[in-house]
Amino acid sequence: MPLPRLIPCLDVANGRVVKGVSFVGLRDVGDPVELATYYSSGGADELVFLDIAATPDDTKTMTSVVAEVADVLEIPFTVGGGVRSVEDASRIIESGADRVSLNSAALAEPSLIGAIADRYGSQAVVVAIDAGEGVVHTHGGRVATTTPTLQWAVEAAERGAGEILLTSIRQDGQRSGFDLELTAAVRGAISIPVIASGGAGSAQHVADALRVADAALIASIVHENPSGLPGLRREIESLGVHLRPLKGRA
Amino acid sequence: MSDVVIVDYGAGNTRSVRAAITHVGKSSEVSADPAAIIEAPYVVLPGVGSARSAMEHLNETGAAEALRQRYRDDGPTLGICLGMQLALESSEEDGGVKCLGLLEGKVVRLEAERVPRLGWAIIDPWGDAYYFAHSYVAEAPDVVATSDGLTVALRRGSFLGVQFHPEKSADAGLNFLGQCLSLV
Repeated sequence: MPLPRLIPCLDVANGRVVKGVSFVGLRDVGDPVELATYYSSGGADELVFLDIAATPDDTKTMTSVVAEVADVLEIPFTVGGGVRSVEDASRIIESGADRVSLNSAALAEPSLIGAIADRYGSQAVVVAIDAGEGVVHTHGGRVATTTPTLQWAVEAAERGAGEILLTSIRQDGQRSGFDLELTAAVRGAISIPVIASGGAGSAQHVADALRVADAALIASIVHENPSGLPGLRREIESLGVHLRPLKGRA
Repeated sequence: MSDVVIVDYGAGNTRSVRAAITHVGKSSEVSADPAAIIEAPYVVLPGVGSARSAMEHLNETGAAEALRQRYRDDGPTLGICLGMQLALESSEEDGGVKCLGLLEGKVVRLEAERVPRLGWAIIDPWGDAYYFAHSYVAEAPDVVATSDGLTVALRRGSFLGVQFHPEKSADAGLNFLGQCLSLV
């Protein structure tokens, strides 16, 4: 099995990283390229960029951000938000992203998952699920659907998704730990990897999540102190979870 | 002429490979021109898209025959991910695809607890972790490295193939790429 991954998530709107990043050591904390490079050198295993505006103008901006990031980043990255068609996915992947993340568009049109996977492979398709009280939610978690979470995860995997990004609405933003039960249940129902999301407040929380998931998404815990990422990794390792060794080959 | 020709087979993202090659101080161009592929100091066959569409493009443009000629001429070539798999005789992907046949062996569906196999994994005997994203794997005799018991690097003659993505493997990947390209 590959090693568990630590994945900082950056919310981007109109070409700028928004909310929650506070750090004096960066020249421009709002610059997605600079922050991405900083997290990469701090030991991020992968990054997720979430386009939270996703208006037509913003989409164009996001495409150039993706290209700029691809030119400097030597770790994989996923782009989500505003991917509603194969053309959207093509634009993002051909600008240099490794994967796209689909959320409500996949729910509305499940065949989109297979269409993108056919062109770029399953490894390029992440399906993001916002889960609460047993069902999938839309609109950033505010609107409950009638689709059971497990059923949708299984269907997404069957249709060609390469990974599930599972966010617990209850835990998201609470910093009180991931929903381990939900994560284990979803991962147990499918045979593709699962990224746990929502609730990281400490190294212990992340270590616990990495015992039941293939990766953990982290946001405020790292944005509040970007220089703390190497320390966070060491703390997680001291709790017995082995992450990738960071030193390159001599 | 550039130091490296990255073989174009119409499947999109070669941007990260180009960026990594630039990072280790070499110039590159993306091309499907048979003459450029035969004559380049170094060739990279990148890993994007699916086996069937890749082979169709390579056959149509003449790049497939150029890669075979280059191999016979002992021209150094690196295959990455799908680019490594294409060097073998055949792949099970897309219902079965005849590949370049530079090296003996075939590509089979990965049997693992989680597929796709996504993430960083230690390579034996090299010792560092590199980034993988694959659902198929090589079964071939010319193995030079493994990971979780899977064949992840092959070498025969002037062809080196790796299942991982050096362009996505941070410092370890850049060091690897730098060593490959130190030949040119």
